[in-house]
Amino acid sequence: MAEATTVEPTRRDFLYIATGAVAAVGVGSVAWPLISQMNPDASTLALASTEVDLAALPAGGIMTVKWRGKPVFVRHRTAKEIQEAQATPLAQLPDPQADAERVKKPEWLIVTGVCTHLGCVPLGHSGDYDGWFCPCHGSHYDTSGRIRKGPAPRNLDVPPYQFVTDTKVRIG
Amino acid sequence: MSGPSTYVPKSAIGRWFESRLPIMGLMHSSFVVYPTPKNLNYFWTFGGILSLMLGVQIITGIVLVMHYTPHVDYAFQSVEHIMRDVNWGWFMRYTHANGASMFFIAVYIHMLRGLYYGSYKAPREVLWILGVVIFLLMMATAFMGYVLPWGQMSFWGATVITNLFSAIPLVGTSITTWLWGGYSVDNPTLNRFFSLHYLLPFMIAAVVALHVWALHVSGQNNPTGVEVKDVKRDTLPFTPYATIKDGFAMVVFLAFFSWFIFYVPNYLGHPDNYIDANPMVTPAHIVPEWYFLPFYAILRAIPDKLGGVIAMFGSIAVLAFLPWLDTSRVKSANFRPVYRVFFVVFVLCGIGLGYLGAMPAEGGYVIASRILTVYYFAFFLIIMPLLGLFETPKPLPASIADSVLARGGSASAAAAGAAHAPENK
Repeated sequence: MAEATTVEPTRRDFLYIATGAVAAVGVGSVAWPLISQMNPDASTLALASTEVDLAALPAGGIMTVKWRGKPVFVRHRTAKEIQEAQATPLAQLPDPQADAERVKKPEWLIVTGVCTHLGCVPLGHSGDYDGWFCPCHGSHYDTSGRIRKGPAPRNLDVPPYQFVTDTKVRIG
Repeated sequence: MSGPSTYVPKSAIGRWFESRLPIMGLMHSSFVVYPTPKNLNYFWTFGGILSLMLGVQIITGIVLVMHYTPHVDYAFQSVEHIMRDVNWGWFMRYTHANGASMFFIAVYIHMLRGLYYGSYKAPREVLWILGVVIFLLMMATAFMGYVLPWGQMSFWGATVITNLFSAIPLVGTSITTWLWGGYSVDNPTLNRFFSLHYLLPFMIAAVVALHVWALHVSGQNNPTGVEVKDVKRDTLPFTPYATIKDGFAMVVFLAFFSWFIFYVPNYLGHPDNYIDANPMVTPAHIVPEWYFLPFYAILRAIPDKLGGVIAMFGSIAVLAFLPWLDTSRVKSANFRPVYRVFFVVFVLCGIGLGYLGAMPAEGGYVIASRILTVYYFAFFLIIMPLLGLFETPKPLPASIADSVLARGGSASAAAAGAAHAPENK
């Protein structure tokens, strides 16, 4: 090293770095399958849609269906509930969103039945806003499934869905 | 403390083996001639008790796996099968389930012992941090084990705890989906928890080996916090003195443990976990196992989701920084009159948080948990750094031997008298 007067990288330095880089890519390419195997598998992804018949649900009723292993609430809203949801000023909402953005047809509200706080299933027709109330940590949702009070940060999620016929809806 | 081995094999085979693998010498210097301070009290027996509990959990766990089925359709039934059909199955399961609680009782006493006598201070920082790592591994193991019976509390506990990760900005949802292996807690989650629940105890055993190694390099702390100055005057050999004392403490602890197994086996559990898991219905009142309640109370005390998660993990992470947060040069709280008061308040604060964690998160309970959460963090982050600068400690004894002799007993009585609280001198 005494005669090393130049800072110019040598061919040996290049080989060291190149070897190290190849080794890092090799380790990474083996680590990825080990990590990725924990993501949802093909059979879980294949169950990703559910069809629901709405004909049997009377006005004011809530139906709970299972989609991707978790509950989805289908609520046949009454005129009063629709009116409440539409009349709420956005300024009162922690996560402002108009009711019209959350439904395709005003009488049918379809939301994921999973509290956005820590994932419990809220109870229907209860809480201060006549929507849902989560018993775990006290979050109140309104008749549009929007968070009004409590620790939950977001409104109940609206899953992707479409009306196949007037009384049949496909979730997912 | 651990010098070159003084072990001399008695037989020719022993000598032949020792020169090839000196494991007998290692055992001899670690567990026979290893010098222990002669003033250790019964709080120093919990290390041995914890090793015993790890062994009990591993043995009963291996037996339970022979009869358990890790599948969402069969897990609950297979646990009932263990309870009703398997020979001694009820005994194995009650031992394992209550064993987890006993393990935590012992570890909390062990940790508070360290906190009181300043066992985390130089030269034992690495020893202490290894202990924090063991505590984290224990919490992960206990949490995953509680999920395996697939009752309502198993399922919803798993849902709530895994959802904590969804609070992480940007990648939170992807991380929870990755942890679950789906879009909710389901069969893939149960399978991976089972796999990890079997793995982690062996990782704990490995870290325990490092913990004991680090302990045997720096030597044990003792109730005076004064380091060993003269091995002959200040210490006694591990065998028979510590071995017999640890053994006696283990027997007493096992008697306490047996009372739970045979008389109140479900006292520490939750009745809702005898209901098969139902992903569609959340129980009205979800609580974690008792040993997580103080941390759960901290989580719920913060009105913001991400903030609550950070505070909860922070309440454990802060322990790793104790050696540098405490500025006092005196180790033992016996000689720190002011710290001692704050310590007692801290213990009461922990118990209070545990109580609040079991209560509904509303009204006065929330306000009380906020006050106690503030004290919990203030104790580590404000009181500990400042107290070391302002507090006047009491004079320390010149050596361990001097502190023992000052109590007025003969040498042999002093060795036995270590059971007494050292402050009553």
